[in-house]
Amino acid sequence: MALKLADYKTDVHNDWCPGCGDFGIVNALQMALAEMGIERDKATIFSGIGCSGKTSHFINTYGVHTLHGRVLTFAQGGKLANPDMTVVAVGGDGDGLGIGAGHFVAAGRRNIDMTYIIFDNGVYGLTKGQASPTLKLGEQTKSLPSPNTNSNVNPIGLAVASGFTFVARGYSYDVRHLKDLIVKAVKHKGLSFLDVLQPCPTYNDVNTRDWYAGVDQAKESMERHSRIYKLEDTKFDPTVNYAGEVEVNEKLSQALVKSLEWGDKIPTGVFYQNELVSPFSTRLTDKIPNYLENPPAKQIISDSGLPNTDISKILDSLNV
Amino acid sequence: MSTDFTWLIGGPQGSGVESGANIFSKVCAQMGYQIFGKREFYSNIKGEHSYFTVRVSDEKIHSNVNDVDLMVSFDAETIFRHFDEISSNGGIIYDSELENTDTDRVRTLDGPFKERLHNLLESKNKPFTIAGVLEVAKEKGVKLYPVSFKSLLETLSEEVDNPRLRGLVRMYNVLGVSLSLGLIKMPSNSLVDSIDDIFSKKPKIAEINKQAATFSYKYSSTNFENFDHTLTGVEKQLDTILVQGHFGCSLGKMVSGCRFQSYYPITPASDESVYLESNEILEIENDRPGSTIVVQTEDEISAIGMMIGAALTGTRSSTSTSGPGFALMTEALGWAGINEVAVVITLYQRSGPSTGLPTRHGQDDLLFTVFAGCGDFPKIVYASGDIEESFYDTGNCFNYADKYQIPVIHMMDKFLSSSVVTCKKFNPKKISIDRGKLLDKIEGEYKRFALTDDGISPRSKLGMDNGVFWNTGDESDEYGHITEDPQVRIKMMDKRMSRLDLALETIPVSDQAVPFEIHDYTIISWGSTKGPILDAQSMLKKEGIDIGFVQIKLLHPFPTEYVKSLLKNAKVLIDIEANHSGQLGKIFKQNITRDIDYHILKYTGRGITSTELYDSLKKIVENKAEKREVLSHGA
Repeated sequence: MALKLADYKTDVHNDWCPGCGDFGIVNALQMALAEMGIERDKATIFSGIGCSGKTSHFINTYGVHTLHGRVLTFAQGGKLANPDMTVVAVGGDGDGLGIGAGHFVAAGRRNIDMTYIIFDNGVYGLTKGQASPTLKLGEQTKSLPSPNTNSNVNPIGLAVASGFTFVARGYSYDVRHLKDLIVKAVKHKGLSFLDVLQPCPTYNDVNTRDWYAGVDQAKESMERHSRIYKLEDTKFDPTVNYAGEVEVNEKLSQALVKSLEWGDKIPTGVFYQNELVSPFSTRLTDKIPNYLENPPAKQIISDSGLPNTDISKILDSLNV
Repeated sequence: MSTDFTWLIGGPQGSGVESGANIFSKVCAQMGYQIFGKREFYSNIKGEHSYFTVRVSDEKIHSNVNDVDLMVSFDAETIFRHFDEISSNGGIIYDSELENTDTDRVRTLDGPFKERLHNLLESKNKPFTIAGVLEVAKEKGVKLYPVSFKSLLETLSEEVDNPRLRGLVRMYNVLGVSLSLGLIKMPSNSLVDSIDDIFSKKPKIAEINKQAATFSYKYSSTNFENFDHTLTGVEKQLDTILVQGHFGCSLGKMVSGCRFQSYYPITPASDESVYLESNEILEIENDRPGSTIVVQTEDEISAIGMMIGAALTGTRSSTSTSGPGFALMTEALGWAGINEVAVVITLYQRSGPSTGLPTRHGQDDLLFTVFAGCGDFPKIVYASGDIEESFYDTGNCFNYADKYQIPVIHMMDKFLSSSVVTCKKFNPKKISIDRGKLLDKIEGEYKRFALTDDGISPRSKLGMDNGVFWNTGDESDEYGHITEDPQVRIKMMDKRMSRLDLALETIPVSDQAVPFEIHDYTIISWGSTKGPILDAQSMLKKEGIDIGFVQIKLLHPFPTEYVKSLLKNAKVLIDIEANHSGQLGKIFKQNITRDIDYHILKYTGRGITSTELYDSLKKIVENKAEKREVLSHGA
C-alpha cells in the first residue's frame, strides 16, 4: 500500500512558535519521504538539541533526538552499522556549526551516504535568542544587549571545504523547492548538506520573513523584489562531471564564491555536487568485500547462545 | 629447584627494547616457562628511557618482583637507572664502550633522579660515571659482563663477510637478548625460531638478525662465566598462549559479536582498536565472513556518539578509551542511560588527573566512573583482574549490556595493557551470548519503553520492520516521545533504576566478587592488583602467614550483601589500590559501613610488585605498619 503524506506525521503536539520557519522544513521533509516512498521503518531521522531537535518526534519514522552538537556522530554510527537505512540528520546552526563544528568537518572527510539539514536562523531560540554562529558581525537581534561581536561562519563554504559532496541551500517558506532539494540530497550518493534559511519569528528580528521577501526593498514598486533567488534559474552549473582536477577546482571555487553572496541577493539551490568522490561504504568494501551484504546490524553472531566467531587461527598463532 | 628469574632490558625509546623483550619472552615461553613481562615507557616517540622486565618461572606467576637477576643494556641511561635493582647474585651485561660515560652526558636523566643518584654515589665515594655505578653493584656481589657491542658487530661482519652489519646499531637489542640467553644457558634453537616469528614479514631482516643472534649467543656462552642462574627449559604446559595486554578484550570482543568499534587515539587504549581493525574480517562457523567496523573518530565525543548510533541498530557496539577520553564521553553516557542503550565502554585507566602520567599506570578512575554523567541513571561498572579474565569478562559485559539494556564500563588499566604474559589458551565456547529482550520480529503496536514487570522493555532496532520508536535525551513516555509529566517521570525513573537491583539479583555471585581464601587479615581490592596480591599471598603462605583476599569485580551496583557475607569472619581489612585516596575503600565504606583498617596504596604510575606488597602485608601482620602504606618501587 502506497504511503501518503499523512503516514509520515505523528500526533505529537508541535510546540514551535506560531509562524516558525521550522514548520516548512518538517513539512518538506515529510513530503520528500512520501514522494520517495521510503518505508517508515526504513528511515531514521536523527536530530540535535534545540527547537529543531524536536523534529524527529513529529515525523513518523524512527526518530533519534540526540545531544547538542552531536547529531552527526549518532547518525553516522547508525548508518555505518545499518547501511540499508535512509538517514537524515537535522539540527540548528548553533548545534551544527557552533558546538558541533568539529563533527561537521570530520563528517565531510568521511562522505557517508546520508543527509544533514541545518535549520539556519542566526539565533539560539530555545535559550531565548543569543547570537548563533551564522549571525553576521555587528547585527543586533532582539535579545542581544549589544551588536554581535563575532563574525559569522559560512555554512555552504565550510561544507564545500570540508568535503561534503552535495551542498545546497533552501528557504523554509518555499516548501516545494525545499522538498525537491531534500529529495535530491537524499538520493545523492555520499554526504549531502542542506542549509535551510529559517526565520525565527520570536528572536531574530533582523532576518525576518519580510526581510527575505525584500519588503524593505520594494518601496512602492509592484515588481518581484525577494532577496531569495534560485541558482537553477541562472546559468550556474554545480555538478562535477569528470573528476578532473581542473573541473573540480573550478566547481569548488564557484560554489565558495557563490556562498559569499548575501544581502540584496541570496542564492538558493544546489551549489556543488560531486558523485565521483567515493562514498565511505566503497572505502569499506575495498577492504571488507561483503560489508554491504552483511553489515554489522545484519550479522548473526551466535548459534544457540554460543558464539559462532572462529578465532582459532589467531589463538593458534599465540601458542607457545 | 624452582626457577624464578627476572630479566631487564632497557634503552632509548625506538631502539627495539620491546621487540627484544618479545623475542626473550617467546624463547622462554617456548622452553616451557611461565612469563610475566611488563613495559614501562615515557610519553615520547624517540629517545627517552624505556624498559621491559620479564619474569620467568616454572610455576604460574602473576606479577613482577623488585629484584632483577640479569640486566642487559646497550645504553648508559639503563645502567644509571637500574643498577640498584640487580640482586646480589645477579648480573649486568653492558656495553664496555660506555664505562667512562658520566651522568651529564645522558641528557635524558632528569634533575631529581640525577640528584638522588649523585647523593648515593657521593656517599660511596664513587665517580658519577657508569664505571662508578657498576662498582657499587659489584661491591654488592653483582657480576659484571662487559662486552663491546661495536666490536661484536665488527667481528661478526668479518666472519660472515657482510660489511653492512658493521654499523647496524639497530641490532643491539638482538645482541643483548642473545648474550643474555647464552649466559643463562637457554637452548638456542628456540631463539632462531622466535626471530623468524617476530620478523616473519621481513625475511631479509630476519636473516641478519639470526646471524647476529647465533654469533652473540655463542660469544656469551663461551666468554662469560660463573653466573648463578641457568634456565635450561622445563616441561611445556599444554594449551598455553603468550598474550599482550589488550588481547583479552580484543579477542573477547570478536567472540562476543562486537561488530562496531569507534575510538579516538589515546594511550593505553588504542592498541585494542588497532588490533581489531587489523583483524576486521572474521571467520564465522558455517557462514560467510563477518566483520568488525572500526572507526577512528575526530574525538571521544564522536566515538561514543557513533557507538550509540550503531548500538541502536541492534549491533553489539563498543568503544575503548582512557580517563581523559572517558571524561569527554560522560554527557553521551547519560544519553545511553536514559535511552536504555546496550553499549560497552572499555576503559583502560592510566594515571591522572588531566593528562597526568599519560603512559603510566593508575587506578584513579574508579570513583569518577561509578559517578560519571549528570543525572541519576543506571550503569554497570565491571573490572577485570588479569588478561585471561578480561577475555571472559568482555563476554559478560556485552551480556549485561543487552540483558539490562544499560551502558557497561569495563575497567582495565595500563598495568594490564602493557603486560605480556603466558596464560591458559582462551576458550571461546566458555563465552555465552545472551541478547536479552532484543526482538527478532514485531507485530502490532510497539512501545520501545513499555512499562513491564521486570523493568526491561522488549527492544526493537533501527531499520527493523514495524518497530518504529523514538529516542530522546529528554524524559520520555513509553513511545520515546518527550514528556515532562511528573507521574510519568516517576514511573520512568523507577523503571530505569530498578535494573540495578535486577543486576545484583541475577548476576551470579561468582561473577560479582571472588574470594581467594578468607582469614583474620583479609585484603579487598579490584582490577590489576589481583596479580601482585596473589603472589604476595603465596609468598606469605610459605612462611605460615595466612592472608585472605576478596577481588571485587562488580563495582557498580556494589554487591553489598555478598561482599559483607564473604567478609564476616575477617577481622582486619586491608584495601590495596593503585591510587592516592583508596577509592574502593570509599565505595566499600559507603555501602558496607565498615571501616578499612589498612590501606596499601601506590600512585607513582608504576605497577605494584609482589615484593613490596609482601613487605607491607608482613608489616601489617607484625603490627608495625602505618594505617596508610604508600609504595614507591620502580624507575
